[in-house]
Formats: sequence, C-alpha cells, structure tokens
Amino acid sequence: MRLDAIQSAREQIENACAKIGRPVGVMEVCGTHTVALFRYGIRSLLPKNLKLLSGPGCPVCVTDQGYVDTVIELAQRTDCLIATYGDMIRVPGKATSLERLSLPNVRVVLSSDDAVSLAKNHPDKTIIFVAVGFETTTPATAVAMAQAEKLGLENFTALCGHKRVLPAMRALLSGRNDKIDAFLCPGHVSVILGSGAYEPIVKEFHRPCVVAGFEVEQILSGLAKICEQLAQNEFAVDSVYGLAVRPEGNRTAQQWIENYFELCDGPWRGLGRIPEGSLRIREKYAKFDAQKRFGIEQMPAEEPRGCLCGQVLCGLIEPNQCKLFGKKCTLDHPVGPCMVSTEGACAAWYKYQK
Amino acid sequence: MCLAVPARIVEMNGDQAVADTMGNRWHIRTTLTPEVKLGDIVLVHAGYAIAKVDEEEARKTWELFEQIADMEAQQQRAQGGEDAT
Repeated sequence: MRLDAIQSAREQIENACAKIGRPVGVMEVCGTHTVALFRYGIRSLLPKNLKLLSGPGCPVCVTDQGYVDTVIELAQRTDCLIATYGDMIRVPGKATSLERLSLPNVRVVLSSDDAVSLAKNHPDKTIIFVAVGFETTTPATAVAMAQAEKLGLENFTALCGHKRVLPAMRALLSGRNDKIDAFLCPGHVSVILGSGAYEPIVKEFHRPCVVAGFEVEQILSGLAKICEQLAQNEFAVDSVYGLAVRPEGNRTAQQWIENYFELCDGPWRGLGRIPEGSLRIREKYAKFDAQKRFGIEQMPAEEPRGCLCGQVLCGLIEPNQCKLFGKKCTLDHPVGPCMVSTEGACAAWYKYQK
Repeated sequence: MCLAVPARIVEMNGDQAVADTMGNRWHIRTTLTPEVKLGDIVLVHAGYAIAKVDEEEARKTWELFEQIADMEAQQQRAQGGEDAT
C-alpha cells in the first residue's frame, strides 16, 4: 500500500468536492466495496459533501424471499440434497432459514463444481444447486450443467436465481433517484462484463462509472476519478483496476452465460421486478432446471414487516434510519437481508459503526 | 460473495488445475480462461479462474489479505473473542 498515492488521491477528492460545492452521492454497487470502505475507515477520510451510498451489489441481499422459501421447502425433501454457497444459509425466508432448520441434506459448497461432485457421489439423490449471484458466479453454473451433461448425471439440477448488475443500475437511475451522481463499479463483475459494458449507462444517464478493485489505494483513486469527472462536468467510463478488467471483459465467460441462460424479468428484494434483471435456464437445458423438474411456481415475495432494506439498497436511506436497525434487527437476529449477508450494508454499518 | 482471490497455477490437467494462494492449495477450473498456462497467476472466483493477473497486482491483494487477517485477529482479541464470526 503506498501512502503517498493514498494521500494524493485524498487531496484530489477534497479539491474536486470543494469545486463541486454541493452534496455528491457516489453509489458503490458492490457489497465487497461496502465492507472494504468500512473496514479501512475510508468514509472518515472523505470530505463532508461526499456521501457514499451502498448499492444493491450483494447477491444475497437482493435474492427475493420467494426464492429463499422455495429452497427451504425443497430442503425438507428426503430425496434431495441442497448444494449452496455459504452466504445463503442464514438468509431468512418467511418463517425460517436453512441454518436454523439445520437439515442433514443441506451442503455448503465453495464452487458449482462441488455440486456436480455431490451428484456423482450421491446417485440416489437429486442435487439442487442454489444458483445465485451476479455475472461472476453465473458462468460457473453454466459450466456445471455442461459437466453434468458430459458425465451423464441425470440427478444434477440448478435453481436459477442469477441476476444481472447492469439492469439494476439502470433501474436505480430510471426510478428518478436523484441521490446517485456516479457509480463506483464492482471489480470482479467487471472482469467478466468488461468496463465497456457501462458505456450505455454513462451515455444515457450522464453518470460517471469507474471500476475499482478492493484495496484502499484503488478505492480512493476510483473515487478521485469520479469526483474529478463531476467537477469538470464530464461523464465517462474509467477503470483503476488494472489488467484484469479489459474493455471487452472475459468473452469466454460471457459466451457460457449466453449459451445456457436467457434474459427474463425477475424480482429483486427491495427493488421489485427489474426488466431483464434476471436470468433463466434455456429450454435446451430444461432437464437441469430445478424449477421445471419440481414444477415450482415462484411464491410471491413478501418483505418482512417494517424492514427498509429496499430503500437502503437504493441508497435512499442509511441503515440507521430504519426503525428496526440495531433493535429488532441485529447481526445475531437479522430481519432483513442487508443484515444477514456479511456484505450487506446494514451488517457493515452495525459491525463497524455501531 | 463476488470476492476473487489471486492464485498461481501449480498443476494443470485439461481445464482442471491446482492453484496456490499464500501456501494454500485448492482445485480450480480454468474453463473460463482457456488461455492460461502453468505458472500463470489468475483471479479465482467460486472455484473458477476468471482472469489472468500480473504478479504485482496479485502481490498487492495477498498483502491486503494478510492485513485483514491481522486486523480481524486484533479486533477479536479486543472484543475478548465475544464475536467469533
């Protein structure tokens, strides 16, 4: 970490914000950014008129309750094994969570590949892979389906809850949300999508989009680039992430997504239905689609009473403006998804700013 | 959930590989990065390499992980182990 680089980014931010002279709202789209900002106390380094807004970039937080309840219902079946990334087991559905149920047929996996191995090792069970996440995890689900096909595993399925980051950013801006002046774009999603993917948003909505990694130096220099653009009244795509993010992204990964999934409108917790914001498995691979295999109709998503996660995810309020925050909703007893996920805005606030 | 970790590819067999991050080794797939070779450093996300990165970038991230681990250990000591998560 280079202290001089940090100091100079800080100065750039301060000068630019002084020049802008009005409140500036920058949304960090990615949950990992949210956590890094708190962990390193970056918020306290920033000028008063620069406000960081935590966005909807935590896949766990935006997975709707109907999906979680479906997983919980499937988990009660004795002929199935649920394979899920660890982040999902604490997320409450209407009544309970996978963790609280502590059922013997729920397995935490680190990769979609592990879910395929489960299918191989348990031929008497149907594996339901809890396929959530943005463009970073989506290609891995596609590869898992290809792998299952190759190995002739009839007992591998995926319950598709994959979502797309760009339509959500678009929905936030279309919703006449005037608090967002710019986006600090997610590093790893951008590795897949490419920095060029943000060009249409910049053109249409005139908001700077800057991709940054997760080190202090990168986050600050990303913010500096954003503030300088705003001070000059310019809007462009930029990246301070280095070689891993290319303008065209990872074409192979994009192709895997394209081959196995198609766009659909889908519910995001707190944000409602987002046009083309979700993905579903293509008809060609219907045999791997858990929703079709088990004839599941998605249950209507209900938000927990009094929970304002939706407004938090849109950057409209800060977590401590919710009446449940720190009272009914804590790390030990989370009510809303933003408190459940380690990358949720409420959890980060609670942990670092309580 | 979207955090990726840089790792060096130390074994390779088709699209299956063994990757090393700061001495920890695990099995990954290189299906999404067909261009990578033995010895390359890649960003690994949920068991898949998603991009090739250079030595310098990887080193910065590894340092960051060490700092986070130190910081969390300190925090836990300060809280007397009350928050074990």
